[in-house]
Amino acid sequence: MAIECLVLGAGQEIGKSCVVVTINGKRIMFDCGMHMGYDDHRRYPDFSLISKSGEFDNSLSCIIITHFHLDHVGALPFFTEVCGYNGPIYMTYPTKALAPLMLEDYRKVIVDRRGEEEQFTSDHIAECMKKVIAVDLKQTVQVDKDLQIRAYYAGHVLGAAMFYAKVGDTSMVYTGDYNMTPDRHLGAAQIDRLQLDLLITESTYATTIRDSKYAREREFLKAVHKCVAGGGKVLIPTFALGRAQELCILLDDYWERMTLNVPIYFSAGLTIQANMYYKMLISWTSQKVKETYATHNAFDFKHVRKFDRSLIDVPGPCVLFATPGMISGGFSLEVFKHWAPSEMNLVTLPGYCVAGTIGHKLMSGKPTKIDLDKKTQIDVRCQIHQLSFSPHTDAKGIMDLVKFLTPQHVILVHGEKPKMATLKDRIQSELRIPCYDPANNKSVHIPSTHFVKANASDAFIRSCLNPNFKFLKGGSEENFDSGSKGTSALSLLQISDERVLEGILVLEKSKKAKIVHQVELLLMFGEKEHKLQFAYCCPVSIDKLEKATTTDLTPETNSLYVFQTSSLIQLLSTRLSSELSEGNIVVLGEHLQVESFQLSICLKDNCPYRKSGTSQQKKSEAVFFCCTWSVADEKLAWKIISIMENFN
Amino acid sequence: MQTCLSKGGGNHFPPCHILDVCGFRVLLECPLDLSALTIFAPFLNDRHTIVPEETPDHAIHKSLDVESVAQKRQKVEKPLDSSDLIYAEPWYKTVNNLHLWNVSFIDVVLISSPMGMLGLPFLTRMKGFYAKIYVTEATAKLGQLMMDDLVSMHMEYKQFYGSEGSSDPQWMKWEEIELLPSLLRMIALGKDGAELGGWMPLYSAADVKDCLTKVQTLRYAEEACYNGALIIKAFSSGSEIGACNWIMNGPKGNIAYVSGSIFASDHAMGFDYSALQGCDLILHSDFLSVDMTEMVQSAFSDDNNKWEALTESLHNGDESIEEREKLDFICSCAIDSVKAGGSVLIPISGLGVILQFLEQISMFMESSSLKVPIYIISSVAEELLTYTNIIPEWLCAKRQEKLFSGEPLFAHVELLKANKIQVFPAVHSPKLLTNWQEPCIVFSPHWSLRLGPAMHLLRRWCGDQNSLLVLEDKMDANIALLPFKPMLMKVLQCSFISGIKLQKVQLMLKALQPKFVLFPEEWRNHFNASNVNSFSVSHYSVNQTLCIPSLKESVELEIEANLSAQFQRRISKHKNLNISRLKGELLIAHNKHQLFSVKEEAGSSKNRPLLHWSSPDPENLLAALSKMGINGNLEQSMLDVESGKAFILHIQEPNKATIEVRAAGTVISAADENLASQLFEALGSILDGI
Repeated sequence: MAIECLVLGAGQEIGKSCVVVTINGKRIMFDCGMHMGYDDHRRYPDFSLISKSGEFDNSLSCIIITHFHLDHVGALPFFTEVCGYNGPIYMTYPTKALAPLMLEDYRKVIVDRRGEEEQFTSDHIAECMKKVIAVDLKQTVQVDKDLQIRAYYAGHVLGAAMFYAKVGDTSMVYTGDYNMTPDRHLGAAQIDRLQLDLLITESTYATTIRDSKYAREREFLKAVHKCVAGGGKVLIPTFALGRAQELCILLDDYWERMTLNVPIYFSAGLTIQANMYYKMLISWTSQKVKETYATHNAFDFKHVRKFDRSLIDVPGPCVLFATPGMISGGFSLEVFKHWAPSEMNLVTLPGYCVAGTIGHKLMSGKPTKIDLDKKTQIDVRCQIHQLSFSPHTDAKGIMDLVKFLTPQHVILVHGEKPKMATLKDRIQSELRIPCYDPANNKSVHIPSTHFVKANASDAFIRSCLNPNFKFLKGGSEENFDSGSKGTSALSLLQISDERVLEGILVLEKSKKAKIVHQVELLLMFGEKEHKLQFAYCCPVSIDKLEKATTTDLTPETNSLYVFQTSSLIQLLSTRLSSELSEGNIVVLGEHLQVESFQLSICLKDNCPYRKSGTSQQKKSEAVFFCCTWSVADEKLAWKIISIMENFN
Repeated sequence: MQTCLSKGGGNHFPPCHILDVCGFRVLLECPLDLSALTIFAPFLNDRHTIVPEETPDHAIHKSLDVESVAQKRQKVEKPLDSSDLIYAEPWYKTVNNLHLWNVSFIDVVLISSPMGMLGLPFLTRMKGFYAKIYVTEATAKLGQLMMDDLVSMHMEYKQFYGSEGSSDPQWMKWEEIELLPSLLRMIALGKDGAELGGWMPLYSAADVKDCLTKVQTLRYAEEACYNGALIIKAFSSGSEIGACNWIMNGPKGNIAYVSGSIFASDHAMGFDYSALQGCDLILHSDFLSVDMTEMVQSAFSDDNNKWEALTESLHNGDESIEEREKLDFICSCAIDSVKAGGSVLIPISGLGVILQFLEQISMFMESSSLKVPIYIISSVAEELLTYTNIIPEWLCAKRQEKLFSGEPLFAHVELLKANKIQVFPAVHSPKLLTNWQEPCIVFSPHWSLRLGPAMHLLRRWCGDQNSLLVLEDKMDANIALLPFKPMLMKVLQCSFISGIKLQKVQLMLKALQPKFVLFPEEWRNHFNASNVNSFSVSHYSVNQTLCIPSLKESVELEIEANLSAQFQRRISKHKNLNISRLKGELLIAHNKHQLFSVKEEAGSSKNRPLLHWSSPDPENLLAALSKMGINGNLEQSMLDVESGKAFILHIQEPNKATIEVRAAGTVISAADENLASQLFEALGSILDGI
């Protein structure tokens, strides 16, 4: 049994996330993204590696999409409609609702701006979405008889999910993008403590530790406020979904608190429509936002209005959200052309811009002029504010998640190569979990756990319910040997609780394995137990105990005798407990018991278990203790005997 | 084991059961019988006008002489009138049989619909109640809103008429109960006359709040694990938003609990019956379908011919079309009334029905170009309407499509925006008083006609022959309408589908192939047992415990493959079995027993058999010893000479030792460890052991 993990995208890079995992014969594709940085065949994952014949329905059990970002869903219509995959596709409700908006937006940008031949049409997107099965968080979905999947909240964007998949005894989690700290509108990622063979995690911020987001949010609000207070216009180029709503919640809230009445505009189309979706999907946001539904839906922005082209040159301050982000064309570019020449105005840029876009040019250095094409040149005198909050987990978050889940193996994807290598080393050295960071089109094989199944009898199950504790003292003594003697007292108490020791696995040819209690086994055979025991009558010289025990050997009254033997036993017990590191010493009147080891004073002159040759001459000074034990405690018994024999 | 506590009555009062699943006690549903509220009079101060000869002073009641008792008795013969009702602050009827159980012995409570939750605060506030309560997220929310509404309506009632304190009220005294007309007494006491103990004064808002903090909410198909052994999952039942059937996977088999279910709903996610596949036992608790009735447009329906109605309905294929037709009919009646200048009062409880109603009736009004206001009056209506628009995950496929195309899930969102529907928290809210227009269409609780805005509006309109009351078939309409008599208002009594039809049950069970099915006793005759079923059927009745044979013989233990390879296997001389002793760390979680390998502690790795059987033969033993270079003298024991099974072996070399063999066991005695262990090995080689 093994898991094979083929990385088709986002291997040692960010973009076109796509991992194909084969578990016990089931093949799952996690994400089907496109790369924003390429225009050629490299923009899509190399699907031919899944099936040379191009017949995908039989080679994949299902596709799972974690969230609506294009680098996770961008290639899906191409794969289903052009490559012809017809199998099931799973995503959460918000992803199913919002992904077509993203895809349509992207398709338009490509066709309108680049004038390229489109890779897929609007109909393709619609047809593709028909194949999608929407799932709810934590819902256990039975894809087929053997394959089970389940979504967990990932907090990266609305509807983002980590996915758990299980086939037979083997299980894994693919995180997609996630955020371990709650933000303005989304909660933090949440997952159960699962037994996993494999965890595939993103590693965008493999080495970064980020401080509080609130400081940077304040910075952003200050910059915007300063600009509008000075009568300037603020251009916020964003994609329609996710960031736009997050910033808008931020601004709407700020406007409310500061009682500002400067208009906030959404460029027509997408964003307004997207808000409609956000309102219906409010239960997928953070607890705080979610609770607003009854009184005032947080996505019912009070200060937001629809923008109209005619408003571009209307004087007076305003804030405008315009698509696309990165100012790669479309409306945001049109507005930018008008607003950039004034130093009163402000343009905010997202944390990451693809090379070749205006956004990228603005970020690299402080250009005063930007060449749009050969004929047009824009004077840039406006202020630039770069947003530095990104809904990805940082290194600490990744380590926390790995530690929490403690999978058997970890694979890193969706990150930058050198940083991933650093994180990989950390996971291997700090958490002692084997970790891999395969490049694109490489695959990783890992073994998986497999279970042998057996029917257990009731008697055995009942015997398992009883605790069977064993206490081992001083497990760490050796390590502290050089230290002071005081440490031995502080040494750790080890507790083992072996519950299954009385169980017997019975294998019979061509029958399912059975587990019975050992007593049942005897019944099955119609046999009686033949008890094997050890016995030894051990002499203990009592030189040092003489004061207390001289009278012991000449008992005068029964009561006195009992008192004295029990005091002898007591003495022995204190000595044993100080020297023994294991076992539970129990004194029962004249008997002493440590596990199966039993001991009592032997008064017979000729005990059969007394061996001659053992300090015959000391016989008069010695007290004999008759000991019996069973094989389970053999080691312990001989240890006790040696303590007794060397009592002085 | 299964015990039915109450058969309930209709979808407003679901049946209630207690199961014993692998030692865990599971309570299914905790409802209230709100139809019993009808025994109370809605307007306390009316008593003076209607029955002027009686004073409301309770002291006089106590001293009723025999004559007046006889007089009252005679009333039983007469038709009921409103003076027969109980003039007191209403109490609420819980499942009486539940009070016979010690609540601290309940481990798990499963609630499958908002209606099944209404009695929960009574349970959660009890001392010693520690059970884990599982409810779907949507049911918890809707249940909370319903309970809040109930509390606020009751509060309003108390504000009008004052409170009587919570100690035993006058009407509960036996002598008073005796005087009740038989119909009312039947409601108060139940068939066997023992249900008086089930009556309780209503819980408080704080009780409701506290109750909800004790509830664990689930989504459909989410796995919840109780105590490591019981996996509990909810699957949509289709009867209401968030309503569900339950599956319990225990170590000894899978149990499904089927509550009222609807295959294709117009609002809630449909009945997910395929999820019930692979269940060993199905507890069928959906027996609402048996009393399917046709709609009767008269105040008092004759309830015979139920079977005709049922057989008729079996021929009708699509239930949702049927439901739609019903609604269409009611809508057209409503439009007729409004056209005639009357108002329409719709005190219906089902959320789904109301939502559909709103859509349908606004369409009707549009097409007939009528402009009449639609009011929704309830303390929770506003939140309810907003909530239904943010829960696409709980709705039927048709509604989910609306999400994907960016439209509101229900039409009421647009209707509210366009002011075609107006929502008010209460009849006396100032906004309502300034906006009020008649004729109008009003949706408002409560269907019992004893609480809430509905009862005030009914009093206003009951004399208007043009007005219309739409009543659900949940209670005795005769009693319900008593205080409003003489009724000139038209009454439309209807019932909506709330369960699986009998024939479909049979088809479904054939498909699901469980081993056992539990049906209500009443079905014994309806459900043809002679049918060749692959499953065995048992029938349950109230307060009887059914014992169901074990579904699965043994628990499965999963052993990590690496570990099982490490086991030391022995071939037993009996039957040639391969036996090995278990070792490792046992993990019981998520209804699984799994055995994992542990890191061995140094020195404990000797795998010696701990258990031996058969008896050692002296010759064999000597031979085995001599192979090891140990020699000894045999001495027949005096105790057991004949059998030859008892003997003592004295060993001199390499050291002194003895082996004392008896029938039941052997004692090895040696002074040195090595020798002792060698002797043990020798004995082990000639004995069977593990």
